[in-house]
Amino acid sequence: MTGINDFALKLANVNGTGSASANGLLMQSMFRMGIPVAGKNLFPSNIQGLPTWYEIRVSKQGYGARALDYDLMVAMNGSTYARDITEVRSGGYVLYDSTWPLPSELHRDDVTFLGVPLAKMLTESVPEPKTRILLKNIMYTGSLAALLNLDMEIIEELIKEAYGKKQALLDVNRKALHQGYDYAKQHLACPLPFHCEGMDANGNKILIDGNTATALGAIWAGATVAAWYPITPATSVMDSFKAFSDKYRVDPVTKKNNFAFLQAEDELAAIGMVIGASWAGARSFTSTAGPGISLMNELIGLAYYAEIPAVIFDIQRTGPSTGMPTRTQQSDILECAYASHGDTKHILLFPSNPNECFHFAAKSFDLAEQFQTPVFMLSDLDIGMNDWVVDRLEWDDNYRPNRGRVLTSAELDEIKTYYRYSPEDENFVAARTLPGVNAKGSYFTRGSGHNRLGGYTESPAEYQEVMDRLTNKHKAAAKYVPAPIIERKEGATIGIITLGGCDLACREAIDILESDGVLVNYMRIRSFPFASEVERFIDEQDFCYILEQNRDAQLKSLLTLETRALKGKLQSILIYGGFPLSAKSVVEGIQHKLARQVHPDMKAGVITGE
Amino acid sequence: MPSIAKPIVTHPSLEKNSLGLNLRAYEGAMSTLCAGCGHDSVTAAIIKAAWKLSLDPHMIGKFSGIGCSSKTPTYFVSGAHGFNSAHGRMPAIATGAAAANRKLIAIGVSGDGDSLSIGIGQMAHAIRRNLNMLYIIENNGVYGLTKGQFSASADIGTKSKKGDVNRVSPIDPVMFALSLGATFVARSFSGEKEQLVPIIEAGIKHKGLALIDVISPCVTFNDHEGSTKSYLYTRKHEYHVTDTNVIFPMDELIASIKVNGHTSVTMHDGSVIKFTRTPEGYDPRDRAKVFSYLEEHQKEGKVPTGILFIDESSSDMHEILGTTDEPLTQIPYETLCPGSKALDSLMAEFR
Repeated sequence: MTGINDFALKLANVNGTGSASANGLLMQSMFRMGIPVAGKNLFPSNIQGLPTWYEIRVSKQGYGARALDYDLMVAMNGSTYARDITEVRSGGYVLYDSTWPLPSELHRDDVTFLGVPLAKMLTESVPEPKTRILLKNIMYTGSLAALLNLDMEIIEELIKEAYGKKQALLDVNRKALHQGYDYAKQHLACPLPFHCEGMDANGNKILIDGNTATALGAIWAGATVAAWYPITPATSVMDSFKAFSDKYRVDPVTKKNNFAFLQAEDELAAIGMVIGASWAGARSFTSTAGPGISLMNELIGLAYYAEIPAVIFDIQRTGPSTGMPTRTQQSDILECAYASHGDTKHILLFPSNPNECFHFAAKSFDLAEQFQTPVFMLSDLDIGMNDWVVDRLEWDDNYRPNRGRVLTSAELDEIKTYYRYSPEDENFVAARTLPGVNAKGSYFTRGSGHNRLGGYTESPAEYQEVMDRLTNKHKAAAKYVPAPIIERKEGATIGIITLGGCDLACREAIDILESDGVLVNYMRIRSFPFASEVERFIDEQDFCYILEQNRDAQLKSLLTLETRALKGKLQSILIYGGFPLSAKSVVEGIQHKLARQVHPDMKAGVITGE
Repeated sequence: MPSIAKPIVTHPSLEKNSLGLNLRAYEGAMSTLCAGCGHDSVTAAIIKAAWKLSLDPHMIGKFSGIGCSSKTPTYFVSGAHGFNSAHGRMPAIATGAAAANRKLIAIGVSGDGDSLSIGIGQMAHAIRRNLNMLYIIENNGVYGLTKGQFSASADIGTKSKKGDVNRVSPIDPVMFALSLGATFVARSFSGEKEQLVPIIEAGIKHKGLALIDVISPCVTFNDHEGSTKSYLYTRKHEYHVTDTNVIFPMDELIASIKVNGHTSVTMHDGSVIKFTRTPEGYDPRDRAKVFSYLEEHQKEGKVPTGILFIDESSSDMHEILGTTDEPLTQIPYETLCPGSKALDSLMAEFR
């Protein structure tokens, strides 16, 4: 790494000082220059005053995972100087505010320090202290533009898009940008050896976060009832759903809403509302994170047993308990797979990026209604809240919702007697009826023991008959859920298995390993129940490394429980410290495992992914 | 819950409502509650009210949680969809269903355990949202299905069947609902069908959440001396603060509304609730006065009943949400999906 369109920088700031907009500006300007770029926000669970970091990786090859070697550190937080400066690679650069001298003990001989007197320049030109704090970000963005050879016209355009309606604000921002740019041009060696040059890699791409894409998926799939309780990192799903509903779902004539947006009192109620709305025939969903899933467990079991569709977007964060709310993890897999007491088993979807969030969100509604059961889409904080460069979202106008088996009033008139859970089809699904349609379709929905007709039962045989059908129904869904993505390499006998947002780091790691002569097959699992290809892939390999972001090897556990795969054939690489995954961590993990096969006495390594 | 199919016995002489249905059409399965349970009387009152209002059975949604009271939706209007959900979670299920299909006539039946303990949060927030539903609490002061523990509505000093004395402060659903801004609050007694039926009718007609606290004695676990929720105690202490008639729009020509110094409240559909009895100075539209009246009289051990408070002017859930008049479940997908072109032009915002 390190070169034209191939480098990484990290910006260290204090949260609540307006750094987020500068981070976005940098990312977006590189994106508009047609260069593949990825941004990761490493932020605290706090509104103002704590350290926050933002990483940008520029990669002409299109590697979008986190890079751990920083070529440039933008050190804007005095309280984290010491740590930030140590993180720069040898031969790298540190940009700092030279209004005050840098403490001598922080000096490194192998790093170039680039000083810009930001505070000094701002004190001279901006009278208002609060504005000064905000403009500091724009000013160093100007300096970075000079150092990294960013297109100033694009940056100016972006500032105009942001502040265009507020002329005064536009003017001060523009001024600060140019001050920063000019200072760097005059005093620093611009551009740095690694910098940006325009490319044409983003023609069909967009820059979007997974939560926004998830909300769009729900809108385009025709969801009308959204119920939720605020929680990081899922909140922006609902913020987006509301904003897009206001844009697309207000009747142009009556100005009334073709959607209901319910902020519930807690997650117990949020899932209850989703179940009530789905039962009545609406496409309904909630968005939450692990703590919310814990609370929803009770009614998820009701929806499973009474066979009511429900769509749950789980934007995973680190657990257990409150855990680290602003850090990512894939640790709700088992909780969701078997959510609620008693014997339950659910359909799970694992998107790997915002584009897949969009399509899987829509797919969740089809599966929930086809199989009359809760469906979980397990996104995470990294996918949900970071901006990703992905293919443009496209919609097929021929799409029609799969509402599953729902009897119309006319169909009900035709049949002699309606029973809720009989007769079943080839996928073990029986037809449901909606309230308010036809009295002949009335039935009593219950979470208590029921027989195949829907009547209350305490008979062992009748109870088991229904429970067995539910098992078969879950199995049948394997043919309808997204199949795994499998990439085989000629001559490879070992496999990497992963899921979700680990995709990018794993693919990059496979390339790195290949350049070292290690060939690896790849499978990214996209759903549970597991499609038949999953078992086949494992069968083909001598052994598999299962890479996931949780402590307890939850995907591996699920594979061991739900496929024929032998436990001994599956080895875990677990990186669950809360930051998005880097290829470096994957490679280290695999190399370590390979070394341990040769030297079994070697100690198990710990990779925190920091 | 177990239920026994009830033979439908009809007779040509049975009176028909405006839909041409007689009372039998509003019945459900045979009750499996204890003989003499107050809840069965409430069920009968719901059947009567639904028949009188000529509700279309298939437009009714019956909702309940868990407990003796929550079993009762099986026992009325078998032509309606019913949802026996989880303990204390009925309000959320009903909220979702009502949000999806605003034309459903939501009837929720709950108990004092279901609503005042495990489900108090959901009940409170359903009241705040003012969703359009009838919310009946069949209040007997004990947990029946688990054999006689005190519930949150048990009064201080009340004795359990085993002789334990309750020492913790009760939650009064009427006062609680009033304090939360409920728009229709009533109390009645399962032994007072003449009073209960018109209250249920008015509650169903009410735009918003109509809470009816029905003292409904548990004959098995809380009908003994020392209980303040027994038939005997309630009969002795209960009195009508208000009496009401509901006058439907179609009756208006024949019914002359005489004010007689009492209040009349016009409902959103043009029906009129005519108060035929209110104490001197009592205004069922004045929340603060109702609150202090009840506080004063309940302190003396009395059980005031009737439609205690009514506010027809507040917005219900759908008005607050600004939802379209048509049920969301009936909006065609083609209207809901913005389509590929809209998505394509939206993509410019993510460049």
